[in-house]
Amino acid sequence: MDLLLEYHSQLLAGTWMTVKLALVSLAIALVFGLLGAWAKLSKNRLAQRLAGIYTTLVRGVPDLVLILLVFFGGQVMINELGYATGLWGYVDISKFAAGAATIGVIFGAYFTETFRGAIMAIPPGQIEAGVSCGMRKSLIFRHIIWPQMVRYALPGFTNNWLVQLKTTALVSVIGLQDLVYNAFTAGRSTGQLFTFMAAAFVIYLMLTGLSDLAFRALDRRYSRGVVRA
Amino acid sequence: MSVEQLLAYIPLDVALIAANFDRFLWGVWMTLNLTFLALLIGGIIAIPMAIARASNHRLWNPVIWGYTYVFRGTPLLVQTYLIYYGLGQFTVVRDSWLWDPILSSAWWCALIAFTLNTAAYTTELLRGAIIDTPKGEVEAAIATGHSYRSRMRRIILPSAFRRAIPAYSNEVIFMLHGSVVASTITLQDILGVGRWLNGRYYLAYEGFITAALLYFIIVFAITRVFRWIERRYLRHLTRRSEPTPSVELAPSPIR
Repeated sequence: MDLLLEYHSQLLAGTWMTVKLALVSLAIALVFGLLGAWAKLSKNRLAQRLAGIYTTLVRGVPDLVLILLVFFGGQVMINELGYATGLWGYVDISKFAAGAATIGVIFGAYFTETFRGAIMAIPPGQIEAGVSCGMRKSLIFRHIIWPQMVRYALPGFTNNWLVQLKTTALVSVIGLQDLVYNAFTAGRSTGQLFTFMAAAFVIYLMLTGLSDLAFRALDRRYSRGVVRA
Repeated sequence: MSVEQLLAYIPLDVALIAANFDRFLWGVWMTLNLTFLALLIGGIIAIPMAIARASNHRLWNPVIWGYTYVFRGTPLLVQTYLIYYGLGQFTVVRDSWLWDPILSSAWWCALIAFTLNTAAYTTELLRGAIIDTPKGEVEAAIATGHSYRSRMRRIILPSAFRRAIPAYSNEVIFMLHGSVVASTITLQDILGVGRWLNGRYYLAYEGFITAALLYFIIVFAITRVFRWIERRYLRHLTRRSEPTPSVELAPSPIR
């Protein structure tokens, strides 16, 4: 316990890094998710096909494989491109950027399905009603689709976020100083790995537990007008 | 055009991958045996836990809920580290008879962590399937004189297992994805071999891309098998006008 207090700043810094990484990758995932859902539901064959390839590919390969591929392969690729075109010199991609981008793109595929399902759950009659009133596409999206989509997407959203938060732990493998990495190094240098890993375990549990509570409150708020069986 | 010319278009050292392919096959074996043993053992212990949860057992329900909550709320990586790196901190553990054959071995620690993890998720999804049993089916079973045990065995569980198939196919794919954690505790699973290859020959792509392809093939095969299982066991749920509901490659992480 004394050791945990002694190393508390390292643990806190790691926790903050984990939270930051999760939030940044969430923002990226939301953008990819919305784009993906839009592409999958559009009438454009090419867009549908591309979105299909994206979700299938990303979900067929484990997260860590992609993280390592982007971090090590991406580094080489960017530098070879820079060398070949002469546009930029040697670039070091940051662990944070590589991790956030990869996890964001991966979870974008899951959010694509969440958003697609949520949009499809909206009765088509409502959208037709919007069209017949002369509403433009953007207006239909803002006034009819978006407010309901949020509610339908919330359970899937909660799930994705919790999985994503836990997935960020993998970024410690490429050496980003997140909660796992910091707990591990502190545990290794003091010879008390169990104590420190247990501390990380409890912190993750608090993070997921808090998110769970927050989303439950949101869910109550957004489904206020709904009668549940 | 010859094969050599074709290969020249691929910016990867295909010959090197081919030369080390037997290692990758061992990696596939390692990944598959860890994943499926964990799924098997975890699945077996999940059944009684799910029943206890679904029937609101006064003692076991809160205990098992606590277990599943904790294991579903933390990363598999941390669980694995806690067991593999953590337990060695205690002299009691290091001196016990369990240490030498089991707790000091990375493979056993990975198996224990994966099993505990998948058991937690499987318990919850089975519980959901059990409490979703249509009330009429249970009432009919009571009316025909089934006891609690035979009701469970002959009516509730068979239909709950069927209802759990789509969600379980997700769990199987997630366990496979999660098994890459084994490579972080020195095991030579598919990713472990990929990392070894890249480290050994100082490469950036070859090992990871080969690993990615192998995982993709396995995920594809798993979805195919589940599609077949669903067609067979969920036929009664198919709408006549629509084609069979199929599992896509892991629709969304139901975790």
